[in-house]
Amino acid sequence: MEDFTLFVLVLDATMRVSTPLILAALAGLVSERSGVIDIGLEGKMLGAAFAAASVAALTGSAWIALCAGIGVSVLLALIHGFACITHAGNHIVSGMAINIFVSGLTIVLGAKWFSQGGSTPQLPHEGRFMPLEWPGAEAVADVPVLGQLYSELLSGHNLIVYAAFLAVPFIYWMLFKTRFGLRLRAVGENPQAVDTAGISVFFLRYRAVIICGILCGIAGTYLSTAMGASFVRDMTAGKGYIALAAMIFGKWKPVPTMLACLLFGFLEAVAIRVQGVELPIFGNIPVQFIEALPYVLTVVLLAGFIGKAIPPKADGVPYIKEH
Amino acid sequence: MAGPIGSDIPRWANVVVLPIVNLIAAFLVSGLVVLIIGENPLEVVQILIWGAFGFEEAIGYTLFYATNFIFTGLAVSMAFHCMLFNIGGEGQAYIGGLGISLVGLQFGFLPPIVLIPLCMIGAALFGAAWAFIPAYLQAKRGSHIVITTIMFNFIASSVMVYLLVNVLIEPGSMHPQSREFAEAGIPPVHEALGWLGIKFAASPWNLSFLWALVCCVLVWGYVWHTRWGYAMRTVGTNPTAASYAGISETKSIIITMCISGALAGFLGLNEIMGYHHRLLLHFSGGYGFVGIAVALMGRSHPVGVCLAAILFGALYQGGAELSFEIPTITRELVIVIQGLVIIFAGALEFMFKPQVEAVFRWLTPRRSAAAAAE
Repeated sequence: MEDFTLFVLVLDATMRVSTPLILAALAGLVSERSGVIDIGLEGKMLGAAFAAASVAALTGSAWIALCAGIGVSVLLALIHGFACITHAGNHIVSGMAINIFVSGLTIVLGAKWFSQGGSTPQLPHEGRFMPLEWPGAEAVADVPVLGQLYSELLSGHNLIVYAAFLAVPFIYWMLFKTRFGLRLRAVGENPQAVDTAGISVFFLRYRAVIICGILCGIAGTYLSTAMGASFVRDMTAGKGYIALAAMIFGKWKPVPTMLACLLFGFLEAVAIRVQGVELPIFGNIPVQFIEALPYVLTVVLLAGFIGKAIPPKADGVPYIKEH
Repeated sequence: MAGPIGSDIPRWANVVVLPIVNLIAAFLVSGLVVLIIGENPLEVVQILIWGAFGFEEAIGYTLFYATNFIFTGLAVSMAFHCMLFNIGGEGQAYIGGLGISLVGLQFGFLPPIVLIPLCMIGAALFGAAWAFIPAYLQAKRGSHIVITTIMFNFIASSVMVYLLVNVLIEPGSMHPQSREFAEAGIPPVHEALGWLGIKFAASPWNLSFLWALVCCVLVWGYVWHTRWGYAMRTVGTNPTAASYAGISETKSIIITMCISGALAGFLGLNEIMGYHHRLLLHFSGGYGFVGIAVALMGRSHPVGVCLAAILFGALYQGGAELSFEIPTITRELVIVIQGLVIIFAGALEFMFKPQVEAVFRWLTPRRSAAAAAE
C-alpha cells in the first residue's frame, strides 16, 4: 500500500511536470508540420512566464496574466515568422536568437522593475491558477486504489493541466480532421503544390506560427503562475528543448508526442524522488543520469535505433515564390 | 551562412556594408531597450566603450573574453563552411575543459613547457570526440546535427555536474570544483610583456590569445588552401556535385565537425589553463553560444571572426563595467544585444539588401542607366 501511494504521488507529479512539455511540444508540432522549424520554444515560454508573472504581480489577476503571456509569446512567434517566412531566413538561427534575446531581456527588465535580481515578487492566490478540487475528492480519498487515483491523480490540478491534456485531441482534430489542418500539413510537405492550388503559403505558415505562440504562451504562464508562484530567472531551464525532443520522439504526431512528454515528465518526477535513495535493483542512480536520459533517448531515436523519426519534408526550407 | 542570391552590388559591399548595417540595426534596437529601462543610451555607449577600452586592465579583460569568442566563433564558422550548424560548441568546450583537467590533474607536476602542449592535445581530443558522435550520426544515420548537438550540450552538462560533484571534486571541499592543478599555467600577457620590459596592468588576458590567432591562420589555410578544405566547401555548397567528383560526404562531415569540436575545446585553454587553473562548474558560461553570433557577424571568415570576437569581448567587459556604473542595468543587457545581433546579422541577414542595393544604384547612375536600357 505504501508503494502504491508513492507510485500515485509520482504519477501526480508527472502530470504537473508534463503539462508545460505537452503544450510546448504541441506548439512545436504545429509549427514544424507547416514547415517552420522552431527551436525557440524555450524563449517563447520564458518570455511568456516573465510577462505573466509581471502582469499578475501588478494586476493580481491570473486571467490577465494569461493574456499577457500569450501576447508576448505570439509576438515572439511573429518575429520568428517574419524572419523565417517573409525574409527566408535560417530557422535555426532565428530560433536561437530569440532564445538568447529573451533570456537576457527577462533579467534586464525584471531587475529594473522589481529589483529582485531578475525575479518577480511572490504572487497572491488571485494572481495564480490554483488547484481545482473535483466533487467528492475529499470524501473518497481514503478508498484504496480507485479513491486515491481519483483524489490524487485526477483531482487537485489547476485549470491549465486539464487544458493541456484536452489540447492533445484538439490539435489532433485540427490537424487531421479539418481542411485547415490538411492544408497546414501539405504546406509542410510540399509548399509548391499548395501554392499552385492558389492557397497562400505565407498566410498558412503565419497562422501555424501564431498557434505555436499561443500554446507556448500558455505553457510559460503555467510555469510562473500555476506550477510556481513567481518568475525566477531562466526558469524554463531547458524545458523548451525537452519539448522539442519529445516532439521528435513522438514523430511529429500529437498523441505519441503527448506520451513522450509523459515519459520525460515521469523521468523528471522520478529523478526528484530517487535523489540519494538506494533502489533495490539499480542501487543509487545518479540523478544526473536520469536528467540526461531524455536527451540520450532522443539521440538514439534520431539515429534510427528505435524506429525512424522523419520530419515533414519541407521542414526548415524557406519558401521563395517564383515570379 | 548562405551566399547572397542574385546580387547586383559589389562583393565587398556585401561582405562589409551589409554586416555593418545589420549591426547598426541591432544596436538601435538595443538602444530602445535601454530607453525602456529609463537610461540614456548615449551615456550607456560611452560607459561601454570606456569600460572596454578605457584603461589597460579593461583592454586586458576585453581581449581575454575575445580569446574565448575567437575559439568558439572559429568552431561555428568551420562547420558553416560544410553547411553544418554546430550548436554544440558549448558542450564541446565544456568537455574539452574536461580533457585539459584530466591532463592537468595527472601531469600537473610537469614544467609548463611540457604540460601546456599536453593540455592542448587533451582539449582538442575531448572537444573533437564530443563533436564526432553527432557528426557520425549525421553522416551515417541521417540524424539532424542541430538536434543532436543541442542534446549533446545537455548531456555534457549532466556528465560534468556528475563528475565534478562525485569524482573530480577537491577532497574536503564543499564547492563542486577540482583542486588547483597547475600553479603557473599559460602565462598572462602582462607577465610576458614584462619579460620584454613593457609594463602592462595585470589581467586574465593570457598567451592563449596568440594561439587563438594562430588558429585563425590555420583555419584560413585549411578552408581555402588545402584539398580537404576544398572538399569540405564543395560538400557544403553542393553535396551531389561533390559525390560526382568523388568526394566523400561522410568523411568531410566527420573531419569538419572534429576540427570544429577541437577548436571549441580550446576555450578551456584560455579559461582553465590561462586563468582559473582548476575545473569549475559551468566554466564555459554560454561562450559557445556567443560563437554563433561571432561566426554570423564575421561571415565565417577568420578575419571577420577576430573582429566580431573583439566586438563581443568589448561588450562583455564593457557590460560588466556598465553594471557597476549604472546599477539599474544588469550585465545581461549584453545577452540582449547578442540576441539582437544574431537576429539581424543572422536570421534577417538580407533584410536590408534591397535598400543597400538601391543606395548603390543611386551612387552609380551609369550602371543603372545601362540596366534600364537592357
